[in-house]
Amino acid sequence: MSGHSSYVPKTGIERWLDARLPIIRLTHDSAVSYPVPRNLNYLWTFGGILAFMLVAQIVTGIILVMHYTPHATMAFNSVEHIMRDVNYGWLLRYLHSNGASMFFIAVYVHIFRGLYYGSYKAPREVLWILGVVIFLLMMATAFMGYVLPWGQMSFWGATVITNLFSALPVIGETIVTFLWGGYSVDNPTLNRFFSLHYLLPFMIFGVVVLHIWALHVVGQNNPTGVEVKNVQKDTVPFTPYATIKDLFGMVVFMVVFGWFVFYQPNFMGHADNYIMANPAATPAHIVPEWYFLPFYAILRAIPDKLGGVIAMGSAIVVLAFLPWIDTSKVKSMTYRPIARQLFWAFFVVCIALGYLGAMPAEGGYVIASQIFTALYFGYFVALFVVGLFERPKALPTSIADAVLASAHGGSAARIATATAAEPNVKG
Amino acid sequence: MAHATDTSTGTTRRDFLMLATGAAGAVAIGAAVIPLVSQLAPDAQTVAAGAPIDVDLAPVAEGQAIKLFWRGKLIFVRHRTKKEIEEAKAVDVATLRDPQTDEQRTKAGHEQFLIIYGNCTHLGCVPLGNAPGDPKGDFDGWFCPCHGSHYDSSGRIRKGPAPLNLPVPPYAFNGDTKIKIG
Repeated sequence: MSGHSSYVPKTGIERWLDARLPIIRLTHDSAVSYPVPRNLNYLWTFGGILAFMLVAQIVTGIILVMHYTPHATMAFNSVEHIMRDVNYGWLLRYLHSNGASMFFIAVYVHIFRGLYYGSYKAPREVLWILGVVIFLLMMATAFMGYVLPWGQMSFWGATVITNLFSALPVIGETIVTFLWGGYSVDNPTLNRFFSLHYLLPFMIFGVVVLHIWALHVVGQNNPTGVEVKNVQKDTVPFTPYATIKDLFGMVVFMVVFGWFVFYQPNFMGHADNYIMANPAATPAHIVPEWYFLPFYAILRAIPDKLGGVIAMGSAIVVLAFLPWIDTSKVKSMTYRPIARQLFWAFFVVCIALGYLGAMPAEGGYVIASQIFTALYFGYFVALFVVGLFERPKALPTSIADAVLASAHGGSAARIATATAAEPNVKG
Repeated sequence: MAHATDTSTGTTRRDFLMLATGAAGAVAIGAAVIPLVSQLAPDAQTVAAGAPIDVDLAPVAEGQAIKLFWRGKLIFVRHRTKKEIEEAKAVDVATLRDPQTDEQRTKAGHEQFLIIYGNCTHLGCVPLGNAPGDPKGDFDGWFCPCHGSHYDSSGRIRKGPAPLNLPVPPYAFNGDTKIKIG
């Protein structure tokens, strides 16, 4: 959507390089002159925040590896060695462990923003699916990273999650043995998880490059969901407008991150993980990290082992099919009176599942988990059905109209009802 | 014989090279996958550590249970009380999720000793019920705190999400109170 390049090399060196490797041109076109919708709100800063978090996790992670020992008898002590002996080791480890949580906070905001504003709809299906792939890779990375300190929660988390594969018929047990490299979670398991935990962030990085590439082909969605029609009127250049907004959002996010790191570094962790792994005793109350809780609640809601695993997997995979599940042509929930309420109900359902995932699996909690699991999947069914009959509100004719209308507090954008009623698909 | 550049006959030397190279490549990739996947399996050291072990059960008093490891896996040995044995035998096998009689799970003449793997068949947690103060579940056996599975005094699943009984490892008595596991 950006059209031809507006980069003009100014110096002889730049002209020389541009004829051989146009890397400055690429940067200029994608991060300086790249047109962004002029009505983006702060929810759109989380993409940049996520890119920052990925780099921060890779940097702190590579440093931690310089002091960590991936062995069942030494890993736990090497983490304590990092905390006590290594200069600023406590800071680097807390940045990395809290960074994982902050990464998930940001990604959940990013996903819910996409759900609300219909960012998964045409022409952004591939962009959205790449996002789901990144989410899956993030979950695998976070899970394996949590195993590395070799505390009680690490060990039993690894046991429970790898045992999920044993639910598969016939080949399940073999897969689990191959995951473990033995007959139980032990040193070989720790070693291979360490190797993969180091690899996966770079795979995430690769998919992020594809994600941004796809984004720059189709252009950003925006709060109205109306596509850019006139680049002059509807967009502003990425730099300085989006750059400064992203940086400001990032700074505010860092304040929260810093508060956790410096004041509540273990708030999002578990005390049990400061006890060394013991294969003979499971902690009385075993729960995964907070960011897995909704999916864990779905797993436990189904009273059948294989069924639970399938339900949990489906809860994530269903997101990838959302572009075709949602039948409405209107992207933004702002203009969808029924779907908007469904969205907020879905948001509450996800929070409720998160709460239930942290509670013991007994009595009323199980029944509640089952109800909320049904509601979770119900959202996707409802989106399919509602899109067929829902009458959306009048869409603004263009992004510029929407911005100017709200700037004057008037309803200039609402007069063009006839135009807006037409499906707003261009790509 | 067709000339190498003569495409009118449909078959050229390039087609042959394409197929031959493709076939060789497919075989090479297939062969490369074997070591790449096989290395994930338990290594020789881990397998060797699975040699049989001898255990003397004499110190295990009636009503007491111990934990031991074989092949890195946790094993429970419980010296059952008369009441527990009777309860285990009284169950109607047809009503069980994983039907097994108590006789199938113990050795004749040594019914007092129950020897089973100690990881819940649901997702692998260690059920409680060995130590004196532990909850033993609704059936005088074990209770798994992770997801709420109840096992009876024969280690059979009675309630909760676990699909199977706690399995019995391969073992044999070679003496009144001596066993060899493996």
